[in-house]
Amino acid sequence: MSVPLSLLALLSQGPAYGARIKAEFEARTGHAFPLNVGQVYTTLARLERDGLVVPDGGPDDEGRIPYRLTDVGAQQVSTWWESPVDRSEPARDELVMKLALAVATPRVDAQAVIQRQRAAAMSHLQGLTRAKLALTAPGQPPQPASIPTPTTLSDQVVLEHRLYAVEAELRWLDHVEELLHRAGPAPAASAGPAPAATPPSGPPSAAPASPNFARPAPSDTRH
Amino acid sequence: MTEPILQLVDCTRVHGQGETVVRALDGVSVQILPGELVAVMGPSGSGKSTLLNLAGALDLPTSGHVVIENQSTSTLRPDELAALRRRRVGVVFQDLNLIPSLTAAENIGLPLELDGRRVSEARRAAVGALHELGLDELADRYPDQMSGGQQQRVAIARALVGERRLVLADEPTGALDSVTGDGVLAVLRARCDAGAAGLLVTHEARHAGWADRVIYLRDGKVVDEAVAR
Repeated sequence: MSVPLSLLALLSQGPAYGARIKAEFEARTGHAFPLNVGQVYTTLARLERDGLVVPDGGPDDEGRIPYRLTDVGAQQVSTWWESPVDRSEPARDELVMKLALAVATPRVDAQAVIQRQRAAAMSHLQGLTRAKLALTAPGQPPQPASIPTPTTLSDQVVLEHRLYAVEAELRWLDHVEELLHRAGPAPAASAGPAPAATPPSGPPSAAPASPNFARPAPSDTRH
Repeated sequence: MTEPILQLVDCTRVHGQGETVVRALDGVSVQILPGELVAVMGPSGSGKSTLLNLAGALDLPTSGHVVIENQSTSTLRPDELAALRRRRVGVVFQDLNLIPSLTAAENIGLPLELDGRRVSEARRAAVGALHELGLDELADRYPDQMSGGQQQRVAIARALVGERRLVLADEPTGALDSVTGDGVLAVLRARCDAGAAGLLVTHEARHAGWADRVIYLRDGKVVDEAVAR
């Protein structure tokens, strides 16, 4: 539903034809969600069918037909701004499936799966941080107090979402690792010694692993 | 081949003895080249602070070597170690970075003055350091006339004034808001891009994202490492 509503939101600022709407949409969403013009016109046709937009006069010299919102369309846009986006249905996520299977599958080293994923996520985070630096200060010394233009701000919103998503993933990986750590050796690794009831051998000040980081040594059977 | 600015070679640091012995750091090797920012992550008690203290010549390894710009800290007398710290190493802490009774320029010039430079020379270097970071207008402000983010950026300027090329940062964004914290890290990143070597201790993956490499410590050992693509 997000693309039709986004197009309606753009049209709430005035009539526009398809190619113009496409360009505006991409510029204002950090170029993260490319559209093709055909998709835009198909969507506009559906919106017209549903009574949310109407052609605003005839075609121009190049045959382009501008569209404008109807009152019902304007109401839809208002409702959209005023309603939270429903995030309660989790997306199908390969990593979640993979890790959930890894911790329950014999002979799969879930620890190693986490470790590889964490390294990849951290590298990704580093790349995004570089992109952010280039976005906010291309070729310039850092000027964090500078005020971004609206378009740059949209780019930042999209990039920061990706950064926070990767950060959340890293935290989640650390947490799953801690869960594994506390669960002790997996059945597949039961050839090794059973968890010992001995106190930790680490530094007395060593607190339980933080949610940010928890990576047990393979033989570590604490907790 | 480029020489590393900081090298820790198979460093172990043991505190206490007998039953109370604690291996705070256990056979850790790290090297940081000019232009590199390396982040260290790990839970409390994993050895991050110990690593930072060894890297800053505030402490010596029980075994192994710490080499800062070709000088092994284990071979230096206490006065030589103090001079090494003064001349080669800058440290940025979470807070308590600047002396309240000195302006930004005086704070930045202080390490140079302590090292025997003239006040005018230290002032010139300080103003130059502020200029490089786009912070010219802060030169004559006292810490209480600056925001937290401005103070931290001044602290980074001070950490790398003069001949210092190694900056050690321990959670330098502290309680700053996320945007201001980004500004502080951007300055640290810029200083490293300009040829300094940085070691950043942090709990935040987001902050570690500014680094070229991320080292994970647990129980005093390096257990994982991530490199920027």
